[in-house]
Amino acid sequence: MIELKVNGTEQSFNGAPEMPLLWYLRDILGLTGSKFGCGIGLCGACTVHVNGQATRSCVTTMKDTAGKEVTTIEGLEKSGLHPVQKAWMQINVPQCGYCQVGQIMQAVALLNSKKNPTDQDIDDAMSGNICRCGTYQRIRAAIKSAAGEMA
Amino acid sequence: MNGIENVSRRRFLTGGIVAAGALVLGVRYYPRLSAGDELPHDTNADHATLHPSVYLGINPDGTVWTVAHRSEMGTTSRTTLPLLVADELDADWKRVKIEQAIGDRRYGDQNTDGSHSIRSFYDAMREAGATARFMLIQAAAQQWSVPAAECETDLHVVVHRSTKRRAGYGELASAAAKLPIPHKDELKFKPKSAWRYIGKGEVSYDLEALVTGKAVYGMDARVDGMVYASVERPPVLGGKVKSFDDKEALKVPGVRQTVPIDPFKPPPAFQPLGGIAVIADNTWAAFQGRKKLNISWDNGPNETYNSDEYKKELRATSHNPCKVVRNIGDADAVFAKGGKVYEADYYVPLLAHASMEPMVALAEFKDGKATLWAPTQNPQAAQDIVAKELGIPKEDVICHVTLLGGGFGRKSKPDYVAEAAVLSKKLGQPVKVVWTREDDIRFDYFNAVASMYLKAALGTNGKPTAWLQRSVFPPIPSIFDVNAVYGDGAHLQQGWTDIPYDLPNLRVENGPAKAHVRIGWLRSVANIYHAFGIQCFTDELAHAAGRDPLDYLLDLIGSPRTIDFKGVDYPNYGASMDAYPWETGRLRRVTEMVAEKSGWGKREHGKGTGVGIAAHRSFLTYVATVVEVEVNDQGEVRIPRVDVALDAGLVVNPEATRAQFEGAAAFGTSVARTGEITATKGVIDQSNFQDYPVARINEVPAQTNVYIVDSDAPPAGVGEPGVPPFIAAFCNAIFAATGKRVRDLPITKLGLS
Repeated sequence: MIELKVNGTEQSFNGAPEMPLLWYLRDILGLTGSKFGCGIGLCGACTVHVNGQATRSCVTTMKDTAGKEVTTIEGLEKSGLHPVQKAWMQINVPQCGYCQVGQIMQAVALLNSKKNPTDQDIDDAMSGNICRCGTYQRIRAAIKSAAGEMA
Repeated sequence: MNGIENVSRRRFLTGGIVAAGALVLGVRYYPRLSAGDELPHDTNADHATLHPSVYLGINPDGTVWTVAHRSEMGTTSRTTLPLLVADELDADWKRVKIEQAIGDRRYGDQNTDGSHSIRSFYDAMREAGATARFMLIQAAAQQWSVPAAECETDLHVVVHRSTKRRAGYGELASAAAKLPIPHKDELKFKPKSAWRYIGKGEVSYDLEALVTGKAVYGMDARVDGMVYASVERPPVLGGKVKSFDDKEALKVPGVRQTVPIDPFKPPPAFQPLGGIAVIADNTWAAFQGRKKLNISWDNGPNETYNSDEYKKELRATSHNPCKVVRNIGDADAVFAKGGKVYEADYYVPLLAHASMEPMVALAEFKDGKATLWAPTQNPQAAQDIVAKELGIPKEDVICHVTLLGGGFGRKSKPDYVAEAAVLSKKLGQPVKVVWTREDDIRFDYFNAVASMYLKAALGTNGKPTAWLQRSVFPPIPSIFDVNAVYGDGAHLQQGWTDIPYDLPNLRVENGPAKAHVRIGWLRSVANIYHAFGIQCFTDELAHAAGRDPLDYLLDLIGSPRTIDFKGVDYPNYGASMDAYPWETGRLRRVTEMVAEKSGWGKREHGKGTGVGIAAHRSFLTYVATVVEVEVNDQGEVRIPRVDVALDAGLVVNPEATRAQFEGAAAFGTSVARTGEITATKGVIDQSNFQDYPVARINEVPAQTNVYIVDSDAPPAGVGEPGVPPFIAAFCNAIFAATGKRVRDLPITKLGLS
């Protein structure tokens, strides 16, 4: 039995300990905000926070989440929108939107660790998150805008 | 095609076709899209009090229901088409709700490809809005006993001008519904000065859902009692299972059983590829079980396909006379005279779509009927193939369209939807088929590999006196006809037969190539390789002639004129030549505009920095692009800036259009930098983002500036046309920066490092 917290709620899991967190969240808890994109940690669509750290849930096994706190997009804010989500809307970032939850979770983690990220900081933090629609220019602008709001 | 009929009456005559079981599932378990979707077949618009069009309904509370009948994959067409309805209705956008249509012929064409959603439905949407507005005005005029001509509308309200009496759309809906539907000729469309939304645009209706994770993609569809499937498909196209052993697979916890899927009968079209499906309680268990399958394959004749050798074959074909598809004058006679003759080979490999959401579909076969939930660009084609595969009438296939996590043309081919349906029928329960990224890359319908040979004789001032171009590529029709080896008009038109240069002697040819993989449409399709070949060869000639590439390009485009396609199979993207003539003046204008905006001629060249230019018309839109690159000593390429000017006729949603062209620059970056699919013994060599990399935030243009020509010409495409000239301008910029000419994509072949 693996005990963990997901979005503040205690959960216990007694399935295969090797199951990636992503599929537990999506198929078992029904939290479908986190997306499947590559399955090997190369695209970032599945990004969630584990103990506050941006983490690729597709390559994080359930046994590695034991005793940890997992936050998904569904639990990012108790009510209303996070400043990063607001910036995403204001800059009109998404096209298809499929990668954007992962982008947002990654950006939130970045801004939690760096109040005013430089372009290089943004490249370093965000280059693991692929957007095939190519919204990167707006992602960069939205991160800077959110940084201003959160300052 | 999209005539207005009183569908509210028709509905009562025929009754709704609603399977009770599916209805319950739809309500209870299927997460709603942004609005509606309570019934699997009818829309809220259908049930609205005033319902003069399949696209529109108005309720007594003033709610306007609009139906998005085309698929949303990021271009914002799901928002922009209803915006057209709202503008002509003079509706308050805040009171407009959008619901997604199922696949249904009553909506007209639903295949969301070819960058034509706005162009093809601009009139139909405005007609729907204008029809309702006409009826609302009539209803108000009757209530007030005044002539309708004395009434007008003002944002969801009908107003009697002289008495200032006002009545809201909601309160008029019932009375309006009793009136006859006006004929199209009676409708009065708003003057441009009264447009509220057209030309101003709107953000996506789903924007908040997209940033909160509430948006429902195909990957997120769930129904009660569903199982998950992962399919091991024949690694070579046309292969078959010889024998298989699933003992180890069945031992994986959560795996329920395996189910064989029959191989397709050639041609492949949209049939499932066949193979062995592993059925499990969750996606991961299905993936794990699949890894434990032991399958022996009969690979079939495509086992001999190697992409390296194939490239040589294409090139050899292009070096000999091929089928002439357009001719002016006598190019050979000029070449025979000798003089300054230049020739070059250009090559673009197979390309995969790699939409962020891999292929996925959920199907439930029950009581002889199939209900599908799929991220499909083409729900009617999904109905067709599922009906065929299951042996049931098309009318008994309901295809719900979820949001699409990218499409780029891949999701116009519903083979993955058919897989889910076939499995659901065999299992008697709902099945969700989830493709891995590896499946997505290996079993794509690839953009064709193409080899091009170009030759030009230069006269005084370096201008070509003769021009020959041959392209050889396995054509898309090969998925529907195994014997198809030549490009058809629909694909040769894409930047090849319509070379826009003012040339006295021109010959355009196409050579044969047999396909060994499935070939399909990818964002801008044949324009990718054709624009690359022509626009880079043009740049080569400019340098050979010692001319500025911009001046040279403008010289070749020549004076403003309409291209005459007499004797050429030129379908013009399905649009009439009268409404959408090929006007070189418009290509010239965007070229001049981008040159001015980018500061052409004032920018630094050489020493690792350079700018390149290219111009191209595709999907009826004229685009010119200037790309700036920096190449450092390690051969690393940066793109500090891109400028792009476009003339897409009337642009309904400029914000969405800018986003499409920004995205096209990123998409083009992926194609040019690293886009390459290869095959060994018929098996695709690539599998995931480590060997089919797509551009990341540190690799795309740092800044893409988009300039939109203000135009009253009819609307044209915006989703695809940004890609082709970007790639060519990018490669021309690399030459300007390094002196190295990109003739083979991707640029990793160039050895910059």
